[in-house]
Parts: sequence; structure tokens; C-alpha cells
Amino acid sequence: MRDVSIIGVGQTPVREHWDKSLRQLAVEALLMALQDAHVEEVDAIYVGNMLSGELTGQEHLGALIADQLGMSGVAALKVEAACGAGGSAVHAGYLGIASGQYRRVAVVGVEKMTDLWNGSVTAGLAMAADGEYEAQNGISFVGLNAMVMRRYMYEYDLVEEDFAPFALNAHANAAHNPNAMFRKPVTLEQFTKAKKVADPISLFDSSPICDGAAALILSRSENLNGNAARAVTVAASTLATDSLALHDRKDPLWLRAVELSSIKAYAQAGVTPQDIDLFELHDAFSIVAPMSLEAAGFARRGTGTYLARDGEISIHGKLPISTMGGLKARGHPIGASGVYQVVEAVQQLRGEAGKNQVPNARFAMTQSLGGVAATAVTHILRGKN
Amino acid sequence: MADNLAPHWRLREQRYQLVGNVCLKCGAKHFPPRQVCAECRGTEFEPFQFSGKGELYSFTTLRQAPAGFEEFAPYAVGMIKLDEGPMVEAMLTDVDADELEIGMRMEMVTRKIRADGERGLLIYGYKFRPIGD
Repeated sequence: MRDVSIIGVGQTPVREHWDKSLRQLAVEALLMALQDAHVEEVDAIYVGNMLSGELTGQEHLGALIADQLGMSGVAALKVEAACGAGGSAVHAGYLGIASGQYRRVAVVGVEKMTDLWNGSVTAGLAMAADGEYEAQNGISFVGLNAMVMRRYMYEYDLVEEDFAPFALNAHANAAHNPNAMFRKPVTLEQFTKAKKVADPISLFDSSPICDGAAALILSRSENLNGNAARAVTVAASTLATDSLALHDRKDPLWLRAVELSSIKAYAQAGVTPQDIDLFELHDAFSIVAPMSLEAAGFARRGTGTYLARDGEISIHGKLPISTMGGLKARGHPIGASGVYQVVEAVQQLRGEAGKNQVPNARFAMTQSLGGVAATAVTHILRGKN
Repeated sequence: MADNLAPHWRLREQRYQLVGNVCLKCGAKHFPPRQVCAECRGTEFEPFQFSGKGELYSFTTLRQAPAGFEEFAPYAVGMIKLDEGPMVEAMLTDVDADELEIGMRMEMVTRKIRADGERGLLIYGYKFRPIGD
């Protein structure tokens, strides 16, 4: 197994990009990453995406994007794991180099959600769940998260306001991220007055429909091509699954895939949760944040919201999360989010996070989830610090 | 979603009669029926019809419906823990949203789920309602 490093990153802003197509977004992010890495060639391209077929009528993204980049001939592949496609594409890219097969690869996560109306997008997102027994019964993806949130609140004696700090923290950080979709802080009053989407989930618990692409250049650690000063090591890249349908979970309030993937990641990186300086978790809905903190070993079961209540999730807290806005405020272009998380973690470890800089960041953890954490992909990155 | 009848026909026993299966090796009951037992990886099963009675584990009211379900919005959906063990998810019916409570006793009923595709193929299936007094 070869050591793998990240030598370049790129990202488009997360927006409703009415003027840009899926392929344009992907190429834009990749060109930025190639330039950041000072390289012009890669051996393989991995494209993380969930709904290109359903929402833009386009599959076969590997060959398409290699071609559009002027690199026809290289190995290229679309990687899909619902909303965990981005993290999964990073994992695939990592394996391509760790295996010794490729010297340098590009990973791009891209999603174009705004070419169809909301009903179609909602139907598309439901494909992350069980098509025959959840989606076909009219249960949307937000509905699944809402039922989990309601039961979690019931079992641990919580109210909606207990989840507010996650949204407030995300938006406060996004205000300093020019690439974020929402760049204004949000108040507690706005949170409590927000319209319900599927009770108890409100608009302010939910990530937006949006477009974007983020990209990485990975290389063998022994061939950094003059990028040593800003290279970041991939200390762990792990993937685990859980039963797809929420109704098949042994324990619907425990994210087992998060637990398995995190444990494998800590072992691979030779660290414990105490060593992690920031955690880009998958806050597609606010309920996922405390449950991820618990299953990843940062909080005891049922107490994930306490870290937020006590201010520990902010930039200067014990465990900063969503440091550039997270899925909630930077945005959640579905298949791209897992790559945005890694780009942002790299910025933190390079000391290039500006006003959102986590002091002395050495180990960054990112986690990209598919469905209601039926897939969990965890990366632990190590900086030079 | 398919216009074609076949995928709906395949699921008819599950949708109309809540037929799952029971693993012949370890006795675990499954709904939906499985090809490979989730407990012991056994591959031999017998059909098992669930009673349709259970307890409401959680619920929500959807205000933004996925495509195909817009005409019903807002509607309630729930997770029901069947008395025999498995959990099932379904639309909730014959009840006002503000009457719903975790722990309520529920029973399965057969209802129209929606009309599918350009030909308006009618799809029926299970929904759950509170067991009356």
C-alpha cells in the first residue's frame, strides 16, 4: 500500500448556477485543482455524483468529463453512493494510488440539481432510500430524517431548539466562506420561527437544493511534484454500510455505518477521537449532526446536542464542525458534498481557512454519508503542523 | 417509477396482504421478504403473513411531496413496529395529524396509494390507521 497525499484542490461556489451545466461545473473545479497542484496530467479521474441521469439526462460521467477536460484516454469512472458519492469518489481515488496502480488521480464531486422542479428533485433524492418500500409509499428523504428526529427527541427528552446551535454555527462560519451558498448569519429567532418542512424538521434544519463541483488531485506521497509545502497526507480512507431502509435498522437511532467507518479510520490513522482537531460531518439535516458525533465517538449516546449547546462545535471549541458552513450553509450539491468537505479540510490543514481557521489544526476528519447513513465514508487527513 | 405493470404485480402480496417470510434456519421473520436472511444468511424461507397490528414508532407530516404524490400533500407517514417484530413504513390514514402519538396502536388497511405514469395505472397498497376504540 502506497502513502497518498492531496496536492491540489479546487471548488466552484455553491449556488443555483442557472448559467452553468453539470459538465461545465465539473471541468471548472478540475481545472482549478490541476492548477493548484501545478500539474497537467493525471492517470485516472473519479467522478462522484448521485443524480446526473435523473436530473440532467446524463450518465457515463467518467468518459464525459475526461473528454471535456481534454484528457480522453485516461481511466475515468463515475462513483455513486447516493449523497455519499463524493466521499466514495475520494475513497476510490485513494485506492487507485494506494494500490500502486496509478501515480496521480483527479477526483471531482459534481451535482446539478436546479434543472428540474422540486418535485422531481425530491423524487430523485428518495432513491437514496429503499425504492420499493420507502419511496413508493410516498416517503421522501426528508420524511425519513424527520421520523428519526422525532423519535430521537422523544427518547432523549429534547425540543427543536436543542438543534438550533448546529444551524447557527454553520451559518456563522459560512458568512466567511465566499464559496458558501448562504453567507449571512442566522439568529435563534429565525430558527424557531422557521416553517416546518416535515415536522419536526424545519427549513432551517435542512440543507438547500443547489449546484456545485469540488475537486482534488491525489498523488503518491513520494512524488509530490514540488508541492511538499502545501501537501496534506491522507492518513485514513474507510467505507462502511448499514441496512439501506430505515425500517431494517436494528437500532434506528444509532448510525452503525458511521461507527464502523470511524473505528476503521482511527485505526488506520493511528489516532483516537481526542486527536481530531475538526470534523466535517454530513449535516444534511440537523439531526444527523448529533447522531454522527455519537456514533463517531465524540459524545455519549443521546448527548450529541450537548456539545453544540456548550459551544464546543464552534471554530474555537473542543470539536469544530462545519467550519466552512457544512452541508447546511455552504450547501449540499449531493454528490459533490463529500469532496467539498475534503477541500475545506485541506484548507484548514494548510492554514488557509481565513477567519474560519481552526488554530493549530493537525488532524481533520471528514465524513460523507449516503442515505440515512446507509453508507459512511470517513477520511482522516494529516497536515504538516 | 414504471408505467409497466410488472414491478407492481411482483409486490402484490406484500402490498395487499403484508406477506413477508420466515427463515427456516433461524426463525427470524422478515418484512419485506428477503432472499438472504439478515440474521444468519440462510437462503431457505417460508412465506409469513403479518397480522398488520403494531405500535407507532415515529411519524411526520410531509408538506413537500415527491413527484407523483403532490395531490395528497400534506400527508402523514409513519414507522410502525409490527407485533411480530419487523418495522414497516407507510402513509397514515383515517387520522388527524395532531392526534398522532408515539406508542399508538395501529392496524394495516388497504388503500389506493396513487396513480402511476401516463396511463394512470392505479396502485394500491398498505396504509396504517389507529385501531379504533
